[in-house]
Amino acid sequence: MTTAAAVPSVTAGPGPRAWRRFRRHRLAVTGAAVLALMALAAVLAPWLAPHDPYDLAVGPSGEIAFAAPPSLAFPLGTDSVGRDVLSRLLYGGRVSLTIGLVAALVAISVGSLLGVVAGYYGRGVDRVVSRFADAVSTFPALFLILTVSSFVAPSIVNVIVIIGFLSWMPSFRLMRAEVLKLRETDFVEAATAVGAGDVRVMSRHLVPNALGPIVVQATLGVAEAVLTESALSFLGLGVQPPIASWGNMLADARSITVLQSQPWLWLPPGVAIFLAVLSINFLGDGLRDALNPRAGR
Amino acid sequence: MLPFVLNRVAQGAVILVLVSFVAFGISVAAPGNAMQTFIDPNVPPEQLRAAEARLGLDQPFYVQYVRWVGEVARGNLGYSFRTGRPVAAFVGSRIGPTFLLMGTAFAVTLVLALWLGTATAARPYSALDYGVTGAAFAGISVPSFFTAMALIYVFALRLGWFPTSGLEDYAAGHTGIALFLDRLRHLVLPVTVLVLTGAAELVRHVRSAVLEELGQDYVRTARSKGVSERAVLRRHALRNSLLPVITLVGVALPRLLAGSVITETVFAWPGMGRLLVESVFARDYPVAMAINMLAAVLVLAGSLLADVLYAAVDPRVRYS
Repeated sequence: MTTAAAVPSVTAGPGPRAWRRFRRHRLAVTGAAVLALMALAAVLAPWLAPHDPYDLAVGPSGEIAFAAPPSLAFPLGTDSVGRDVLSRLLYGGRVSLTIGLVAALVAISVGSLLGVVAGYYGRGVDRVVSRFADAVSTFPALFLILTVSSFVAPSIVNVIVIIGFLSWMPSFRLMRAEVLKLRETDFVEAATAVGAGDVRVMSRHLVPNALGPIVVQATLGVAEAVLTESALSFLGLGVQPPIASWGNMLADARSITVLQSQPWLWLPPGVAIFLAVLSINFLGDGLRDALNPRAGR
Repeated sequence: MLPFVLNRVAQGAVILVLVSFVAFGISVAAPGNAMQTFIDPNVPPEQLRAAEARLGLDQPFYVQYVRWVGEVARGNLGYSFRTGRPVAAFVGSRIGPTFLLMGTAFAVTLVLALWLGTATAARPYSALDYGVTGAAFAGISVPSFFTAMALIYVFALRLGWFPTSGLEDYAAGHTGIALFLDRLRHLVLPVTVLVLTGAAELVRHVRSAVLEELGQDYVRTARSKGVSERAVLRRHALRNSLLPVITLVGVALPRLLAGSVITETVFAWPGMGRLLVESVFARDYPVAMAINMLAAVLVLAGSLLADVLYAAVDPRVRYS
């Protein structure tokens, strides 16, 4: 007779199984760890940053250094206005990562809501919304985002809203496809037979079962949002100085002189964006494999 | 075949109409209108309103839209707020360089992604596979302006192999072969930036498409008949795996266009993308909207072409 303790948890639900699959994906786990570290650094920026990111950075002997190379006092050097690059990098991380996360959440929410409604009600509603999504998708993403950004004064909130409301199409299509599949399943049929209202069916049956691909899409959406924000800020239409964001720190290097002689100004933010987005992409890949296992890669 | 093409064109036309709604809606939402830009601010408000009425700017939304569509169909895209010149000619002069950049980047991306995608699918989990997949992940994770800056730093500033910006060396006044070579030199870095991002995306999809084909029964049959691995790849698997690749190529155009914005800006390339950035900064909405519309039309044409190509290659699609 086997004891309860000896029985392996193969009978566990989809959650623990997915977690085990995820753990085996070494790159994804590394990505998650790096991302967690960066998020931690962003949250703890006020305590970790050696100087104020907005103020002139004063050195150990009371001097102010403009465009100074890395030194003990300023581990990543100072920029042309005399601010410590490391501190700006940490605070910039807060801005860039927050914008990425919130914008992706906005996009996922809008897209999923439209997707559930379109998929569930079908026919007229579906056709109208799908065609609208197709029309908006026809414009290259950055084109529309750039154009609309010029209508309003650039600010963090505006950047989040604009990116969020112009990136909902992929999650819309995903949710709609999932709902179309799930609509025909037995449990949804049972729910409607028992008299569950539309909203109840959508919120308690359709959405929770479509969460897998949505989570993966959300992760990749954060990566894309971080890249979009950095592009916007680099061009000058996103986060405005003196507020630091990784994108607008790179904008300092738009001159050849800076590019050539002050690499500490553009290498750190670029590498930071790269590491963050890479980690998110690894994480997303691992999540995709964990939540939708395929036989053989 | 023809009914399929007509069907797709009709669908494309519907989307185009919707696109024009979106574009016109955005133009209307833009702050300010033509009056405020072209007019002397000292003009008394009654004259302003009279002029607006004369130009039809006080008409309802849908009336203005119909007139706008009529004008666009006639090739009149308005006048730039910045220069007063006709938009159509202005934008038209910038299309060439963008096509040159994107066309070259597209061709190189396709060749590179197909080659590496098949090579890695043929030897999955090998060192080459991990290397290429890692590079692909890196490629989609780097912001393109950072890659551009790094490339300029290494190859233009430090090594001096390539120029840092521009389409050609105007001062030198090259002609003929020298001009061709000069343009080629200027193309290398921007195209590399676009290819690194584009190929990174495409190569993973090619790899999974080819891998899936290699797992099919007909491949197993071919192998058991003794067909060489190379022939299996080239004559059987690759052809069939091209189908998902064609669809992907249709999606590649919007991405390439979006990528051109950043690349053209960093390399001071006189193309559409950089014009968009300049116009957006100058709040030159007619030009900005014209570029958006043009981009949308290009994307639609590209996706139509991809669908037709797909149907030409896969007979099953034509009769569904």
